[in-house]
Amino acid sequence: MSTAGPLIAARGISKSFAGVEVLRDVDLDLQPGEIHALLGENGAGKSTFAKILAGVHRPTRGTIALAGEPVEVPNPVAAQKLGITLIHQEPISFPDLSVAENLVLGRSEDGWWGRVPWAQMTREARRYMDLLGVDIDVTRPMRGLSIADQQMVEIARALASDSRLIIMDEPTAPLTPREVETLFTIARRLRDEGRTIIFISHRLEEVRALCDRVTIFRDGNRIATEAIGALTDADIIRLMIGRPFKQYLHKDKTHIGDVALRVDRLSLAGVFQDISFEVRKGEIVGLGGLVGAGRTDVARAIFGVAPATSGTIYVNEQPVSITDPSEAIALGLAFVPEDRAVAGIFRTLSVAENITAAVPAQIAPAGFIRRGIEKAMASESVKRLSIRLASLRQPIGELSGGNQQKAILARWLLTDPSVLILDEPTRGIDIGVKAEFYDMIGDLAASGRAILLISSELPELLALCDRVLVMSEGRLTADIPRADATQELIMSAAVPRSAAFEGVAA
Amino acid sequence: MTTLKSLLLRREAGILVMIVLFCFAVGLYKPQFLTYDYLRIILMLTPLLMIAAMGQMLVLVARHVDVSMGSMVGLSAMVTGMMFRDMPDIPWQLGFVVAVGTGALLGLVNGALVTVFKLPAIIVTLGTLNLYRGLTFIISDARQVDRQFIPTELKAMSQPSALFGIPSIVFVAFAIALLAYLFTMHTRVGRQIFALGSNPIAAPLRGIKVTQLTLLVFTIAGALSGLAGILYASRWGFVNPSNTGAGFEFQVIAAVVIGGVSINGGVGSALGVVLGVLLMGCVSAALPLLGIPGSAQNAIYGSVIIIALVIDRSVRQQGIVSLRRVRA
Repeated sequence: MSTAGPLIAARGISKSFAGVEVLRDVDLDLQPGEIHALLGENGAGKSTFAKILAGVHRPTRGTIALAGEPVEVPNPVAAQKLGITLIHQEPISFPDLSVAENLVLGRSEDGWWGRVPWAQMTREARRYMDLLGVDIDVTRPMRGLSIADQQMVEIARALASDSRLIIMDEPTAPLTPREVETLFTIARRLRDEGRTIIFISHRLEEVRALCDRVTIFRDGNRIATEAIGALTDADIIRLMIGRPFKQYLHKDKTHIGDVALRVDRLSLAGVFQDISFEVRKGEIVGLGGLVGAGRTDVARAIFGVAPATSGTIYVNEQPVSITDPSEAIALGLAFVPEDRAVAGIFRTLSVAENITAAVPAQIAPAGFIRRGIEKAMASESVKRLSIRLASLRQPIGELSGGNQQKAILARWLLTDPSVLILDEPTRGIDIGVKAEFYDMIGDLAASGRAILLISSELPELLALCDRVLVMSEGRLTADIPRADATQELIMSAAVPRSAAFEGVAA
Repeated sequence: MTTLKSLLLRREAGILVMIVLFCFAVGLYKPQFLTYDYLRIILMLTPLLMIAAMGQMLVLVARHVDVSMGSMVGLSAMVTGMMFRDMPDIPWQLGFVVAVGTGALLGLVNGALVTVFKLPAIIVTLGTLNLYRGLTFIISDARQVDRQFIPTELKAMSQPSALFGIPSIVFVAFAIALLAYLFTMHTRVGRQIFALGSNPIAAPLRGIKVTQLTLLVFTIAGALSGLAGILYASRWGFVNPSNTGAGFEFQVIAAVVIGGVSINGGVGSALGVVLGVLLMGCVSAALPLLGIPGSAQNAIYGSVIIIALVIDRSVRQQGIVSLRRVRA
């Protein structure tokens, strides 16, 4: 800490995953005794950069110097030894072990067969808890501790290994305002001791309240590093989203008909509140927001996967009760979930079986599956959506991501839904297939279906949607008609201005 | 130590209460169950189970399972018994080295298959359960090692000793339990096994050597099965290729799970397992007394496993619910 230079000097840090470059030649200096915010959209590279510093990922290229000395950070254990600790949003801990054990676990100096000094361990753990001014019984198991307390244990662990760089990856998202306040007090104290803190957050208010400098990432590049006072919120948002705008064909104007789906003050405690909106026949309504804003939860509630606790759903203006997906399907709803690997495909079953999975009555008119009907229906779908495959009997897991996604879309189209909910339908599929998807979604709307499109990609929302709804922290924060929609408008509605946080500041 | 200890104590106290209630219930019908003679019978029923259960506890805590124990007991007992038969001049104590060594080797094979090929332990050990049993038949030509070949000194270990008339294999079992307690609670490697089972994803991030640790728990489980194997020869005075150790793995798993070891890893204590084994011993001792035929024993053990799992799951569930409540 006596060195005058930066604590961390990262030069030319690049990282590729499976050939895709997610971080490109990032140079960044972190000074001792500063709280440094990393900002950026989802996937901008800020977390990847932080994880490289913490040894979770290894850079494809680039060097890191710690207090002037070049260092290698091959794994988190090495990072810990160098004095770098990463604190995850939901800390990775050992729930069955005591708090004190969680603190010291992994310190390897005494080897395998060393004795466990319970009394000393407990004393030491108490001392760190006192140092942090938190009241946690160090002998109780981690299981059952609040997230905030678990974070405190992680911070204590950073102190126990005398970390000079503490990285907090979106620490405040699961915390209550009071807990955020405690966390900030401690963070400031650690900074004043000369430690460096990296703070990753989406909440601009918090970044302003806590951080000294801010670095903005976009599309894997470091865009700017400034003192926080030098930037306005508008500057920050502009820097975050100012990516080269990708041109997609705007869909043709279609005839917009009656209301097909309406939700009224839908709430699920702790997840989303007071969600009201409607989707008309022939209309594509976008649902934007940051990851974790509760968009998928709303979709799951409408489809009956995890029903809302209050509020009403109307289908064709009739109030309905949907407590199970089968009821939703019977009402003409369809839901293409976000994580197809987990919630969408039956990986080991054939493409044909996957496509016809939602229409058992059609392929088995007399209770037994007629393979002929199954095959005919599946091959018709394959032709219509131009799904590329070797054989209908191929396990669906062998298809590319985009073609799997098409097959799932095909499955739901067979149910002839009047309302189609698509959750991040183009995530992780390549650009060519994406364009086909956009055409398809446009055609579906043109044929009079109501479409609710959840997407984190702003250009996608702008290109396809007649209206864009934006959610932030479980609430609807904007309803923007197509004519007015811009990336800036969507983003500023999506970034939490955290009423909860203002409560703290007040 | 307040909360952690009280939680564990509650679990272990619960088993103790179950033992007391069970013994009193049986005692109401058959008062002789509550005599010193029956305590000796119960203690006599438990040593092999207790030794193997300590190994199974380690495997379960590491979030694996070993269902091949019965065959490891059988094969190490057979190797040792054949050595006694074919080399009558060697010192009888050498049998322990051979039995434990054979068991350790078999356990190491289990561990290697689990770690090297990343196979689920239940499938691997289901395979070796049959493989090791098959090997027992092959090396023995399906012939039993008879009573006269088992060294007298070894058989004497299962006879009443000078100490309260309790056979020395009972003391061996309790000594192993004490070692298991020290290992799990007072060595770093022991605690790392709990960490590994509690969160296998985080464990390597904290520098825990997952492969070595996994090999270690399976090897210990094998070595203790080997020890149980030679003590089987002591207890019953013969080694039979089809009977020795057959079905033993299920009694072991039942005892361990009753003793509060979680099948989801990370939770368990030697004291709990000792109590679980004693409860199993009480059940085994009570069945003939109550006139329940031996043929019903398997059904009883099966029910006992399922009841213990239901209790384990509901305890865990409560833990998860309270975690959610804290978060919300």
